[in-house]
Amino acid sequence: MKSKLYGVMAEFAQPEELLQAARSAYAEGYRKMDAYSPFPIEGVAEAIGFKKTRVPMLVLIGGVSGAFLAYGMQYYSAVKDYALNVGGRPLHSWPSFVPITFEMTILCAAFAAVFGMLVMNGLPRPYHPVFNVPEFKLASQTRFFLCIKVTDPKVVEQAKAFLNSLKPIAVHEVEL
Amino acid sequence: MSTATEPPIVAPGYDSATVTEKITEVVLKRPTGLGWICGFALAFALLMVLNFAIGWLLIRGIGIWGVNIPVGWGFAIVNFVWWIGIGHAGTFISAILLLLHQDWRTSINRFAEAMTLFAVACAGLFPLLHLGRPWVFFWLLPYPDTMGLWPQWRSPLVWDVLAVSTYLTVSLLFWYVGLIPDLATMRDRAQRRAVQLIYGVMALGWRGSARHWKRFQCTYILLAGLATPLVLSVHSVVSVDFAVAIVPGWHSTVFPPYFVAGAIFSGFAMVLTLVIPVRRIYALEDFITIKHLENCAKIMLATGLMVAHGYGIEAFMAWYSDDRFDIYVTLNRILGPYAPAWWVLIFCNVIVPQALWFKKIRTRPVALFVIALLVNVGMWTERYVIVVTSLHRDFLPSSWGFYSATRWDWMTFIGSFGLFLCLLFLFLRLLPALSITEMRELVWKQKEGGK
Repeated sequence: MKSKLYGVMAEFAQPEELLQAARSAYAEGYRKMDAYSPFPIEGVAEAIGFKKTRVPMLVLIGGVSGAFLAYGMQYYSAVKDYALNVGGRPLHSWPSFVPITFEMTILCAAFAAVFGMLVMNGLPRPYHPVFNVPEFKLASQTRFFLCIKVTDPKVVEQAKAFLNSLKPIAVHEVEL
Repeated sequence: MSTATEPPIVAPGYDSATVTEKITEVVLKRPTGLGWICGFALAFALLMVLNFAIGWLLIRGIGIWGVNIPVGWGFAIVNFVWWIGIGHAGTFISAILLLLHQDWRTSINRFAEAMTLFAVACAGLFPLLHLGRPWVFFWLLPYPDTMGLWPQWRSPLVWDVLAVSTYLTVSLLFWYVGLIPDLATMRDRAQRRAVQLIYGVMALGWRGSARHWKRFQCTYILLAGLATPLVLSVHSVVSVDFAVAIVPGWHSTVFPPYFVAGAIFSGFAMVLTLVIPVRRIYALEDFITIKHLENCAKIMLATGLMVAHGYGIEAFMAWYSDDRFDIYVTLNRILGPYAPAWWVLIFCNVIVPQALWFKKIRTRPVALFVIALLVNVGMWTERYVIVVTSLHRDFLPSSWGFYSATRWDWMTFIGSFGLFLCLLFLFLRLLPALSITEMRELVWKQKEGGK
């Protein structure tokens, strides 16, 4: 081996094969791995041990804080800071505060969803070792990859043998 | 999925590779044709017309437009409502149909979302210009100003500012998130280094990891869930701009649902107007099939009927209320000085769409294209009638007046097509017009279903 390794990677032609491979790898005891595919495949994330995403919680927090922020701002400005008596109508005229509260809820929830997703995914990240494999270009097009993170030479050989047993198109070494 | 008797959503014989190839080649391989250059040149010329009209407006003020008292809302508001309505179909397709598991939306959602963004951009221009002093537009927003003032939260016009800007922002986020995996595909298929770099930067280093996909899908579906009430709220708020005023012909509770239906109606008309030529020019008939056109036509028919119902209820309520001003506005629309506009809208929005009851017409692109164009015209006229006829004769005959658009009004309106078309041409040339990711998924699922 010339340079340091990030892991080994198997290339598959079909989504079903990737799903099967991910399940066998997990059963075999591999944990530090990731699957790559040109479109989302149901069950693969669960198969590699990624059970739950925290995106919904973030969206809820974003939405609720947007609502409080918007309502609080309107209450403060219309009742406290700039109390303007319009024909004796109540200063705290809550029904007319609803539309802006609603819009801000949606806005903050959407921001939380998108930026939360990107941050949790560690994006933007222009460089990643998997891009060192030339065939990985196909991960965004037609092929399906399963990458096991291994560095110790002995385990690398084991992992390679295991991946080969899954009958992939090819097994690649991912250099760091 | 589609059953055996129904035509498939995608023509048979495609797989991941060919879908990817066909969509990306439009951008990466296809040479910039003469047609594109001519089209873009025309759009750009119109954009310059817009620039010219806005330039003169900034120098002379909105006195160059036809607006005056009593008709203070002229073309600017008509165009604003029309453009923003068009945007609604994009969100309807991308968000509501996603939540309803309508797989056919897949091949038109990207395009429709782009249409939404560009239409909202055009829409946003008009109220800003209508301010008279657009450079102080930030007075509309809550910010710590030296005078200690706040916006008036009880005013629908302030709601409108927040609704439209939220709508634009959320649509942009939704569109961009959907684009990320496709940008990665573009990056990986690009041949030239510079092109790889540009798409690479925009793709944010997307690598299709299963963990990322999981969060991505979750985000996407949640955004759809957020965009659904948002899109319904936007045109409702726009309609409230009218309905909260006591002007006869505006002051009506039917406005929010009636405006939302009208928005989706005109939006689908615009989707058809754009998609029918695009699928032909870029040879995408296998992906955007007759089934898609037919479904759009069905939605147009349904929303068109809702709009017609709205017209009926408006007239009925005017009579039933026994309010002499409401009755007068209704009669004035039908028989008064703006009667031709009213009859055009009835013809285009109520009579013409009835042709869509027939499958033969729904499956003929040329016929659909003509109907869609007429509906676009009709819906613009509808907003013209709502804005102008109500204002020009309200309560006191002594304060009645007449409105007609000046050439600057027309130049601004026609110029806004330049902005819209320029953005659309650039979009078609530079970004994948269909969601490659979703098409791959669809093709795979179709194959699974067929097994």
